[in-house]
Amino acid sequence: MKVIAGIVFLVAALAAPGCGGDDGGPLTIYSGREEELVAPLFDMFSEETGIEVEVRYGDSAELAATIAEEGGNSPADLFWAQDPGSLGSIESQLSELPQEILDQIEERFRDSEGRWVGTSGRSRVIVYNTEALSENDVPDSVFDLTDPKWEGRIGIAPTNASFQAFVTAMRLSAGDERTRQWLLDLKKNDPKEYEKNTPIVEAAADGEIDLGLVNHYYLYLVKEEQPDAPIANHFLAAGDPGALVSAAGAGVLESSDQSDDAERFVEFLLSEVGQRFYVEAAEEAEYPLVEGIEPKKGLPPLATLQGPDVDLTSFGAAHEATIELLRETGFLT
Amino acid sequence: MSRGAGTRAPLPLALAAGIVVAALLLPLAYLVIRVVGGGRALEILGEASTWRLVWNTVLLAIGVVAASVLVGVPLAWLVTRTDLPARRVWSTAGALPLVIPSYVAAFCLLGFFGERGLLADALGVEHLPDVRGYWGALVALTLATYPYVFLLTQAALRNLDPSLEEVARGLGTSGRRTYIRVIAPALRPAVGLGALLVALYTLSDFGVVSLMNYDTLTRAIYVQYKSLFDRAPAATLALLLAALTAVALVIEYRTRRRGRLYRTGPGAQRPQPIVRLGRWKAPALAFCAAVVGLFLILPAGVLGYWLARGIANEREFQMPWREAFHSLGASGLAAGAAVLAALPVALLALRYPSRTSNMLERLSYAGNALPGLVIALSLVFFAARYASPVYQTLALLVFAYVVRFFPQGLSGVESALERVSPRYEEAARGLGRGPLQTIALVTVPLVRSGVLAGAALVFLSAMKELPATLLLRPIGFETLATEIWKLTQVGAYSRAALPALVLIAVSAPVLYLISSNRRFESGGSG
Repeated sequence: MKVIAGIVFLVAALAAPGCGGDDGGPLTIYSGREEELVAPLFDMFSEETGIEVEVRYGDSAELAATIAEEGGNSPADLFWAQDPGSLGSIESQLSELPQEILDQIEERFRDSEGRWVGTSGRSRVIVYNTEALSENDVPDSVFDLTDPKWEGRIGIAPTNASFQAFVTAMRLSAGDERTRQWLLDLKKNDPKEYEKNTPIVEAAADGEIDLGLVNHYYLYLVKEEQPDAPIANHFLAAGDPGALVSAAGAGVLESSDQSDDAERFVEFLLSEVGQRFYVEAAEEAEYPLVEGIEPKKGLPPLATLQGPDVDLTSFGAAHEATIELLRETGFLT
Repeated sequence: MSRGAGTRAPLPLALAAGIVVAALLLPLAYLVIRVVGGGRALEILGEASTWRLVWNTVLLAIGVVAASVLVGVPLAWLVTRTDLPARRVWSTAGALPLVIPSYVAAFCLLGFFGERGLLADALGVEHLPDVRGYWGALVALTLATYPYVFLLTQAALRNLDPSLEEVARGLGTSGRRTYIRVIAPALRPAVGLGALLVALYTLSDFGVVSLMNYDTLTRAIYVQYKSLFDRAPAATLALLLAALTAVALVIEYRTRRRGRLYRTGPGAQRPQPIVRLGRWKAPALAFCAAVVGLFLILPAGVLGYWLARGIANEREFQMPWREAFHSLGASGLAAGAAVLAALPVALLALRYPSRTSNMLERLSYAGNALPGLVIALSLVFFAARYASPVYQTLALLVFAYVVRFFPQGLSGVESALERVSPRYEEAARGLGRGPLQTIALVTVPLVRSGVLAGAALVFLSAMKELPATLLLRPIGFETLATEIWKLTQVGAYSRAALPALVLIAVSAPVLYLISSNRRFESGGSG
């Protein structure tokens, strides 16, 4: 009997924190954005509005798959994702946001049907090792990376959503044929493959590679861990697919019974406080998307970042063909 | 072998086993629903790239199984049956890598042997050759899995009846032939079971193959989920993985000859004969040192180095007490639940062998090689739709652990049950006890030690589990594994080193219990 008493005690103690459930209490948010980066924002929101928040952290794509499997019974009120692709994959489960919210964000950073908005921006860049290269050596276009002189010196993450979105951008702006040729030529240069962005930036810092294709803000995370790392970002020429500017974004679930509170959270993310967070509080220097708020010092202004002329909303539909192309050219199996 | 053959199993027992196995089959049912709904299965099966993935996966599984047997069996023999110095130390240290999550192991191995890792620094060379790929994955997975072979072989060696060898030697058989003719066959079930657990782990692992950049079915399943947002192709690949599991199960079943493993004679168990190593002592010590050095000291050292670097850089550290408590609690409940669920399945298969009971037992392994993400999504699917009160509660998380790690619990219960002579039970029956009463009063107390060993294996696996934990935990329920994930996600290795070391430290005592306490292993002598 002692054993049973022990088990009952253990279960009670374990279940004590956040046994939430779907009692219409706190606002439930699924966050694909990393806890280490955004947790303070949730506290700020609760403090400001008095609305309690429960956050389930996870990988954006895995959370999107979870929401899809949950269907109409999803406990989530709001999905905050790393990338437009994850949001796009469950767009049929998202409700349309009010026009006042949508109007705050440039059209290039929101869903054309208003089901999600961008909350912060990130640019594709080339990260490079400053001991091996000076900024002048780094190409202004990804198309120059097929030059044989870069053989064995490039790092990429072909299984990562951010690299795949960049390839989609190339397909949509430069066409399938040119993209295929570029991929084949890049393969001849024997690029090193990594799991995701952070290891590429670390590899550039270690000199394992000379340059890598990544999102701009990972540099700051790696610098946090290794302050003296010899690395820098190079922003590519306007219109180049390698200059793609994308966004993390948020959408409210249609099945939510607290959509008002959820919309208030989106408003909060786009408020002065929510947007200044990326400038002042966060260590990773993403771009605020609301007009009039300057990015962290040292970053080129958002308006000067002009990626290829593509619609982020169309990425979801174009994704499958990108995967197919990456398979054909041997980057994925 | 068993006297139960031919008699019908008591209905409650059969019913309990049936319910357990049905629950374990939920992930497969989910996959079938997804594949049928998606309708691209044949197309995917027709692609050459799919079969290249299958080939890669099989190659890795064979390699890891072979390496685990080559490391685990000799190590087990050295620490149980020879006069190797400091056997207790080697015995514990040799099992300890089991507490290191495989993704942490891969991180550490890369941190040391990587192109620009600590070794390159120490040697003062520009860079080392890239170790990622097949061999990198093989080493990291061997680290994570050989302890299964080691522990099960060690238990089998300890429980061998010395009289078997004595009779063989008495009949004039040479030492070497005794090993080949008597000991090797007696060890085969244990080694085979260990190899099976190794193979299932390898098939389901994502962390290592992803970090080591080696393409397997599991990695492809993850990539599908992460990039295509179409769940049918991933489900098709996962069913293919389940088919590979079936092959592994059949192979293991064929090699398992269920000889009589329990002692029949009266009297207490006697100590095992000890082999004198003589001039082989030095090479034997070198072998143990190499295994422990590469698989335990090295990863722990790298973690310690990262932690030290973080302290030097004045990072803030917080002891993850709450996370440790959550990990211990959830894993403890999972361990208890898993062996409770394993008891009816094992009893039915071993005491009432029939085509059906064997089938049930084999089926209970079916989901074990599926990636954690697939198991998690299948439970999301069923629980959110049909059991929403338990969705994202501790109960569902524990259930997910049981589904993932059931075979480990089963292996402990079964190997103990195999060593308990049915005669004890027959005696109880003869004295007028009913079949269920006999199980409760005689069988369960006799297999207690094996039950504990099985529970410990499940416990250790649940401590390390990540993908299902992330999706199914109650909101805000942080474990050591999710803490490591959270920090490595943003590249904060120096801070991730602390929860990783705590995970190793709190798991180690449990392992010490299974690996060093003799009484714990010697099922049957009660």
